[in-house]
Amino acid sequence: MSELLQVTDKNFEEEILKSNLPAMVDFWAEWCGPCRIVGPVVEELAKVYKDKIKIVKMDVDKNRETPIKFGIRNIPTLILFKDGQVTQTIIGAQPKSHIEEELKKLL
Amino acid sequence: MYDIIIIGGGPAGLTAGLYGARSLLKVLLLERLAPGGQVLTTDRVENYPGFPEGVSGFELIDRMKKQAEHFGLEIRNEEVQKLELSNTQKRVYAGKEILETKTVILCCGANWKRLGIEGENKLVGKGVSYCATCDGPFYRDQEVAVIGGGDTALEEAIFLTRFVKKIYLVHRRDKLRGTKLLQERAKAQQKITFLWETIPLKILGQQGVEGIELQQVRTKEISQKAVSGVFVFIGTQPNTDLVKGRLDLNREGFIKTDVDMQSSIPGVFAAGDVRAKLLRQISTAVGEGATAAFAAEKYLESRK
Repeated sequence: MSELLQVTDKNFEEEILKSNLPAMVDFWAEWCGPCRIVGPVVEELAKVYKDKIKIVKMDVDKNRETPIKFGIRNIPTLILFKDGQVTQTIIGAQPKSHIEEELKKLL
Repeated sequence: MYDIIIIGGGPAGLTAGLYGARSLLKVLLLERLAPGGQVLTTDRVENYPGFPEGVSGFELIDRMKKQAEHFGLEIRNEEVQKLELSNTQKRVYAGKEILETKTVILCCGANWKRLGIEGENKLVGKGVSYCATCDGPFYRDQEVAVIGGGDTALEEAIFLTRFVKKIYLVHRRDKLRGTKLLQERAKAQQKITFLWETIPLKILGQQGVEGIELQQVRTKEISQKAVSGVFVFIGTQPNTDLVKGRLDLNREGFIKTDVDMQSSIPGVFAAGDVRAKLLRQISTAVGEGATAAFAAEKYLESRK
């Protein structure tokens, strides 16, 4: 369904926390309706910001540790990272314009 | 210049779009998130006619969307900021554009009502939730509270039993108001404990929900339950910010229309959950969407 890289508990630190580029992680799951609203929006934004911001997804059903580490109890949740730190958390399905505004702050 | 601009892409909007497109009118549907609206948050739809085994909310909406697009409905992912409705030519401000149309059909739907109690806003996303299908699995083997007594509260509580250890279903009356079948199913669930004539006073916790303070409605006795999640299903409120003060609304803020979906402004129609009506379901939204599109077509013809 998605072309985006799926990160896992195992490679999260390497791919996201140690990434040179700022990053946004879309925490989702198969059974979550609103996640499917956010999904296509995230994919579009990934194309727009290719090579500028690393936009990836994490399936919270298959990866339980990372969501706990970041206190996620709600999906969809988008977390934005810069230099290994959380800069913003977006909870729930939000319009594309809102998400894009937050992405721009990373640049 | 459009013949019809539909605002909102849930079942009402998509059906209005389908009928408008088949009438060979120039129709545009504006949706700020993604087609589906509240239907997308539900796991399974069992009471929409035509699906003996039920259907997922997502699949149902996907089919409705494909069908409407097949007949030529234009759907744009845009948020409407402003509406000018008083003239014959209506104006819709969306994104960076000002769109002109002869009629508008408002299908903006509703969103979930909040309790308005202490701790609620602070802990949204940290244990306070309005969507069981979104968040249920995060509460595996934990104890949670579900607030509400209607269909949604019962359905979602039953859904949650797949994951949680225990559910306290908190309802302010001594009788549930949901569909009888759902009431039976909920009462048969071992994991659900009903707390009757009880209201939530406060949601407790610092970094996340740790508990909930409750009060018995008659005795006024206060108690606490240690829960890690509070799911709120106490009803919906209409998305009428765009038209407040301009259209006739009922006391709860829903748009008043006549039987043909015509609002208090000629050429402006409403369909679906945003309307003042008896029953808010996908099945009624669909009927109203079709009626609104047909009424809009008649209105356009009468002005030729």
